[in-house]
Amino acid sequence: MSRGFGDIYLTLFGLELSVMFQYRAAVVIWLLGLVLQPVVYMVVWLRVAEAKGGKVGDFDAGSIVAYFLVMMLVNHATFTWHMFEMGWRVRSGFYNAILVQPLHPWHRDVLANVAYKVLALGVILPVAALLAWYFEPTLQPPLWAVAAFVPAVILAFFTRFLFEWALGLLAFWITDTSGLNNLYMAFILIFSGRLAPLDLLPPILQTIAAWSPFEWMVAFPVELLLGRLTPEQTMHGLAMQVLWIAIGFAVMQLTWVRASSRYSAVGA
Amino acid sequence: MNALRLLLLFFRLGAMNEVQYRANFWIQLVRTAMNLGFSLFAVFIVYEQTTHLNGWTMPELVVLMGVWTLMGGLVGVVVQPSMEKLIEDVREGTLDFCLTKPEDAQILVSLSQVKVWRLLDVLVGPIVIALALAHMGKATGWQESIAFAVTLLSGSIILYSFWLMLSTVSFWFIRIDNILMIFHSMYDAARWPISIYPGWMQAMLTFLVPVAFAVTVPAGALVGRLPLHWLVGTIVLAALLLALSRWFWKVGLRHYSGASA
Repeated sequence: MSRGFGDIYLTLFGLELSVMFQYRAAVVIWLLGLVLQPVVYMVVWLRVAEAKGGKVGDFDAGSIVAYFLVMMLVNHATFTWHMFEMGWRVRSGFYNAILVQPLHPWHRDVLANVAYKVLALGVILPVAALLAWYFEPTLQPPLWAVAAFVPAVILAFFTRFLFEWALGLLAFWITDTSGLNNLYMAFILIFSGRLAPLDLLPPILQTIAAWSPFEWMVAFPVELLLGRLTPEQTMHGLAMQVLWIAIGFAVMQLTWVRASSRYSAVGA
Repeated sequence: MNALRLLLLFFRLGAMNEVQYRANFWIQLVRTAMNLGFSLFAVFIVYEQTTHLNGWTMPELVVLMGVWTLMGGLVGVVVQPSMEKLIEDVREGTLDFCLTKPEDAQILVSLSQVKVWRLLDVLVGPIVIALALAHMGKATGWQESIAFAVTLLSGSIILYSFWLMLSTVSFWFIRIDNILMIFHSMYDAARWPISIYPGWMQAMLTFLVPVAFAVTVPAGALVGRLPLHWLVGTIVLAALLLALSRWFWKVGLRHYSGASA
């Protein structure tokens, strides 16, 4: 009797959770960058608002703080590290062990990712609460926005995951992908609203962001929870996410087929 | 002088090693361009909205970004790769090879790895600084130049001592490679003047991970916004930390148990 997909998922999730728990110190240290970066840009924009007499764009101090704190949580929920790991897996021949498993490797990575996120929540939530207490955000989203926020974050996770996973697969062709990863990081930092709310960017960059998958990876759920979007804009955003997930999935599958047939085991 | 001779020697070795991998040059070029491009873009976006960020004008902030690039390069050329090697050597027990050599072990481990291509940052940083200063059109006096040179040297010493102490911890706790991530996160925050942050963050960036002295202080000295007591304090701290890290290194070394233990 074959076991269901759900059973496999549960077992693997437990496994990944215990692996992550072994590296709990590393889990916390990784978090530092994830927490510090939004705080840095929050402070920069707070100072800009101060210099302009309280407001930058239509953001006042309270909403700047809310924006970056919500962004910190959404970024935590959606970020992946697999593209950095991929190069190592190819070089070290670690893919041998993954390829013999009767499961598409991205399932394992999703589970590892969620396991990390769940463990790290124990740290990031208290930190976010502490920062909220110190910086005093103003956040009053309408109830429907809170409800829509949940699917928006989940879809944002898959949008980001699929694209970054496909990008990571380039390691099968290029030995050192660090330059490429750096380039990607700079782009996502700018176009997903992590450097500044997208409304504060020049109009041309806002247009690029809206046509790229980046806006839908982070900025969209954040602005939704901040109550800055109309129901129509929200529906449009969710549709864009579904569209980019479909595109991302196709790209990932196509790349994976080509990558895995290229792979010649190292260090067998 | 001995340290200088060794530095040149290791530099030659590192250069010879690296020119084998010429592709790395292009990778570093992309990385330097990306980092600089991103820094300048961030400055541009901020100054679209305002003319002053906590008193810093746009060209002054570009000077700061230049110092950030330069200092990051200095650390990246020799300090960071050597300290990563040290941590690995302690774990693997291969530090033995270093200790048996007839030179001061601290100098040897501090210079053991040289990443030549990172010199790109060391070159690009001053160019950015010079261009921004030229744009300001204000002649930089000899006082500012001397203060800049002194604080730059002090800042490098402070960062080096910090890295050495951090790496020395590996004599007690073997697995600390992740600790190095802390430095990178903090150094990212030093892209902006430390004075913009709330007090507790300033304290963190000054005393916990002393990146404030490495970037804001030299940049402040160059654009003439460094109070005298900060200048003196930076020099004193550099001397203190250098002595303290030397002492800590010696204590740590006594805990080293070698390869076959």
